[in-house]
Formats: sequence, structure tokens, C-alpha cells
Amino acid sequence: MNLFRMHILIPVDEEAIQAGVFDVKRELESEIGKRNMQGEIKVLETGTVGAAGKGVVLIVYPDNIYYSNVRREDVAVIMEEHVVKGRVAKSIAHETGEELKRGHKEFHQVGLTRKQPRVILDKCCMVDSHNIEEVISYGGYQALEKIVSEKITPQRIIDEVKNSGLRGRGGAGFPTGLKWSFTAQAPGEEKYVICNADEGEPGTFKDRLILEGDPHKLVEAMIITGYAVGSRKGFIYIRGEYQLSIERVQRAIDDAMANGLLGDNILGSDITFHLEIKKGAGAYVCGEETALIESLEGDRGNPRVKPPYPAAQGLWQKPTLVNNVETLANVPHIVFNGADWYRTLGTDKCPGTKVFTILGHVEYPGLIEVEMGTPLREIIYNYGGGVKDGKRFKAALVGGAAGMFLPDRLLDVPMDYESLKENAAVLGSGAILVMNEDASILEMLHSVLEFFAHESCGQCSPCRIGTKQLLNMVEDFRKGEGAESQLDAMIRMSETMFNTSLCPLGQSLIMPVKSALENFREEFPAKTKTKTESAIDRRKK
Amino acid sequence: MTRRDVFERYSKTGDNLISILHDLQNENEWNYLSKEDLQAAADYLELPYSFVHGVATFYTMFSLKPRGRHIVRVCQSPPCQLMGATTVSDELKKLLNVDFGQTSADQMFTLEMTSCLGVCGVAPAMMVDDDVYGNLTPKRVNEIIGEIRRES
Repeated sequence: MNLFRMHILIPVDEEAIQAGVFDVKRELESEIGKRNMQGEIKVLETGTVGAAGKGVVLIVYPDNIYYSNVRREDVAVIMEEHVVKGRVAKSIAHETGEELKRGHKEFHQVGLTRKQPRVILDKCCMVDSHNIEEVISYGGYQALEKIVSEKITPQRIIDEVKNSGLRGRGGAGFPTGLKWSFTAQAPGEEKYVICNADEGEPGTFKDRLILEGDPHKLVEAMIITGYAVGSRKGFIYIRGEYQLSIERVQRAIDDAMANGLLGDNILGSDITFHLEIKKGAGAYVCGEETALIESLEGDRGNPRVKPPYPAAQGLWQKPTLVNNVETLANVPHIVFNGADWYRTLGTDKCPGTKVFTILGHVEYPGLIEVEMGTPLREIIYNYGGGVKDGKRFKAALVGGAAGMFLPDRLLDVPMDYESLKENAAVLGSGAILVMNEDASILEMLHSVLEFFAHESCGQCSPCRIGTKQLLNMVEDFRKGEGAESQLDAMIRMSETMFNTSLCPLGQSLIMPVKSALENFREEFPAKTKTKTESAIDRRKK
Repeated sequence: MTRRDVFERYSKTGDNLISILHDLQNENEWNYLSKEDLQAAADYLELPYSFVHGVATFYTMFSLKPRGRHIVRVCQSPPCQLMGATTVSDELKKLLNVDFGQTSADQMFTLEMTSCLGVCGVAPAMMVDDDVYGNLTPKRVNEIIGEIRRES
């Protein structure tokens, strides 16, 4: 085996592609070729770092140096200075303000790349995810291997996951081990495991990073999950817009098949599991598990009436388990390292780590993985670099569009399912949209409601009519025609939707509506009478 | 690729309907599903035409109207709105002289809204065909559209 003196990692994602990452990579390879250093320097394509707005990024190991916004013409300088002479290419770095907008930094020191306890994203931006051998050398498939070599029974895996305290990362936070046991206990020979990769929650792209940066982890997790609940067939339902994710996961499936890690008699054992990708076609509601099952069957993505739950009657009426990408990504780590190890991370009631996306008016937008229970303030200020341009913090929309507008008095809330619940908020998908003092809560609530009105599937009336009525009322406030009584009406309507809608889409609107109106009441200036009331008054005169 | 080539890639089971519709739309010169496309899919899978129509109209990625050569999808989700998506979509509407859902007079561009593209770190963002563009400003939008016009 050839030992390389230096590794240059190039994270590739949509943003990097747009910034010309492949030009930079070609240039780098040709420079290495020119100097005849192919045996010394290895260039690797990896998943993304997680920081946004950095253009093309190069990470040089073992020196641990991080160059951002690299242009093609910088490559020769980096080669000459860093690779050949072994010193950081300072000439291409120019500082602007506190941060190096362009240039090098020691990796793990700046904003979002600051050291994190990365568990499920351990391979993202570290390993060439296309290369199955490299993935394996970095710990890929070792949990599966452990199961096969130590002949671990399905029941022991379920117990381990139960003991780990892992909770569903799709938003609801349901205990994963318990969910597994329902499907495992359901009668029937044929069972299915589905990975929900229909990531559509606004402000969320954690699953995309796992799909693109470490698809083999998902494949391994699906095999283990299938074995644990007694299923031999799994589906990964990926949203249609995520073309790059679809390609990468397909390649991972093909490579795993070719290496005997997937298919019949995995690693020579009697475990059999097959995986197939299904592509969505643009419908937010398909993130709801029964709607996803309908869509997978080739139908309109209308949610089903529950019960029966998918654990009893899911895909083609067979017992089915649906888990989110991030939830599944935890599984190999729990199986390999054990529940006790997992419980050392996070809080007592919510162990483990959580991936958060930090967006909006922050210095470093992007994605981080930190322990459950990390305070919101730490996430925004330590990792996100605080509010951009020295402005004041006004609110954070936490948990995606179906989340809550958190005012500054709640900045110290620990970010885990239980603590947020105590404050009438939700962790949801882990999206944190930061708004500065100039942002309008009214405009944001309008945007949220517009989104829901568009995405409501129309099957049940509380949601179909409610989303539209709420939108109409907020539009009245935008025109300066909103009335006092409408504020109460909005809260009442969202409460009705919470109580009567068929699926979480209609049920969750109460979060943004109530939190916006209660915490930011002054942003909804109201007249005393509604349009209709004023009209009646005029006629009386 | 003809319709028959598309069908050959899939078994005759209903769960393949959405994948088949994706492929038929990709093969269609005007980026949409024609009546003939829907009928062919219905015939192949032995499903009622009305069922196939129902599925095709449920999902936003499918269009039943002919579209332009390039599809411009502007993200309308809250993170992009916060960072100025409205000025971007206003500029695009002016530039292409269309509203959402319409195709420019030269049949080059169809302007559409989309929900979150998952690139919120570089909001506001849009997608032109399969390419994602972030950190948009009205000026940047002009450049991008201009570039695509010149290339084709």
C-alpha cells in the first residue's frame, strides 16, 4: 500500500460545484502531475464541511490547514508554497474584519468548523465517500461486521437501541427502540424498512449532507435496522430535488452489493437485505410517514388516517418501519460502541448529538453537529459567530417553518426535545433561522403561512381551509387592515387545526402562529374593528 | 430515448409510476407531461388515466403545460425570504417579463417557485435546471440569465 505524505481534501457540494470546484481539482491534479508527485500527494473528494459561503475549500492534512474561496489561479501558489516548501500559503490569504473571508485557517478553529463532537458526520469532509475501501478503513461497516462475527441477535440490537435512549430525529422525537419493537413484534413474514430522506423542512439540509457525505453509513444502518426488525427489503425515499444525493446513494448501494455487504448472505451470514431508492417529486407533505408510504406506492401523497400505524399496516399493508436519515445514521455507532457510550453524549432524557443548521443573519451560516442540550446561545454565538454586522438579535425561528419564533429571553434554553417542550417549543428538524433587529416577524409569519397554504395537500378541511384563512388574515395585517379580533381568531383557528387536522402539517401551525403573536404582538398593529364590522357601521350611519 | 425505452427500465408495478413520470418528463422536449405521455403511462401500468392524472397534478415537479427550455426555480421558503428572495423574484419577473408559472415569449425560460432547496446557507437561492445558484442579488440574477442566453 502506498503511503502518502500529504492529503488534500476537497469537499464537494452544490455550492462548491457552482464555485468551480472541479476546475480547481483538475488544476491541482495537473500541478501534482507536472511535479511528478502522484505518489506523495493524494487528492480526495469528500462530503461538505458544513460551512456555507466558503466557495471552494481545500483542507490539507496532516497540517490541518483550511483554505477557503480558492480560485483556480491560487492552486499554483498553494502547490509551490504549501505542498513543496511546506509552509502555509499566506500570500493568498487576505483578512477582512475579524474573519478571513478568503484564505487559510487552521481547521477546527473558525466558527462552524470549530471542534465539534461529530459522531454521525464523522466521515463528512474527511473521507472520499465514493471509495468503499476508504470508508471501510475509516470504520464503515464495522457495526455490521460485529453483528455477523459476534452473532448478535435482533432482540439484542433492539434492546441496545432502546437503552441508548435514541429518539427520532425527524422532528417528533419518538423513542427509536420502541418504534422498532412495534414493527419487530408485528405478525407477518414480509416487512419493510423505509428511510425518510424527503427532507423538505425549510432551512434544513442535514440529511442531504449525510446522503452526500457518507452514504455508506446509511446503507449500513438500513441493513442493521432491517435485520433487527425482521425485514429483508428496504427503500430510501429521497426528494426529487436532491439529484446529487440520489446519485451518491445509488453508487454506495452498487458498491456495497459488489462487495458482498448488501444483498443475499451478507458477509457470508444468513442475513439478507436489499435496498432500493425511490425518488420523490416535490411535495412537503410526503415527509409525513403515511403520506410517504402512499407516494412510495405510486399514489398521491395524501396522509392516511392513523391507526392503523405503519408498524402494523404500512407499505402494501405490511408491517413497516419509517425512520429519518439522521436517526438511522446513529444506529451503527450505537451498535458498535454500545448504549452506555452513547449515553455519555447529550442529556439524560435526550442522549446523543444533534445536527443543527444555522441560517439567516449570522456571521457563519451552515451546519454543525453538537451534543443534545447545547444552549441556543452557544450555537448562535460560538458556532454561528453571532448576529451579522453587529446588529441586535431579535428572534430565532427554531425547528423549521413548523417551528417557534423564540425571543431573546429564551436564548439560554438547552436545545433538546424535553427542554424545548417545557418552553412550548419544538426541536423539529434542528433548523435555526436567526433574525436581526431589522427583520419583520409579520413578514416572516406571512412567508411561513404562504408555504403551508401551498403545501397543504387539501385532503382534510381544517388544514386546507385553515392555512388559507390564516394567510388571508396575515395579509390584512400587511396591508394595515388587520383588526384586534383577528389576532384572537388566528390563535383560535390554529388551535382548531391542531386539534382536528389529520397530520402534523396542519397540526403544527399553532407553533409559529402562537409564538409570533404572543412574543411579538407589537409587530401586528391592529385596528379595533374588522373590515366587515367597519362596513356594517358605515351602513348603519 | 423513446417512451418504450423508458418503460423497459421499469416493471409493470404501480410503485414505478412516479419514476416513469419523471423519465417521461425529462425526455419531453418541452419539459412537461403531455396527454399522450400520461395515457402511455396509464396503458403500460394498466391504471386508469384519471389516476395517473391525479398523481401527476399532485407533485410540483411535474408540469402538464409545455415549459421553456430552461426552468428557473426560485426558492420561496422563509430562510430565503429573510435574506431577500422577493427582490430576486421581482427582478426575474421583470427580466423575463413573466409571472410565476409562465414561460418567456422566446420560450427560453419558465419561472417557477419552489420550496426549500436545502442550500439555505447561501440564501437567497434558485435552481436553473439542475444547477443551484446562491447568494443572489438582482445584479447576479441578470448575469446568470445573460450567461445562459449567450450559451444557447
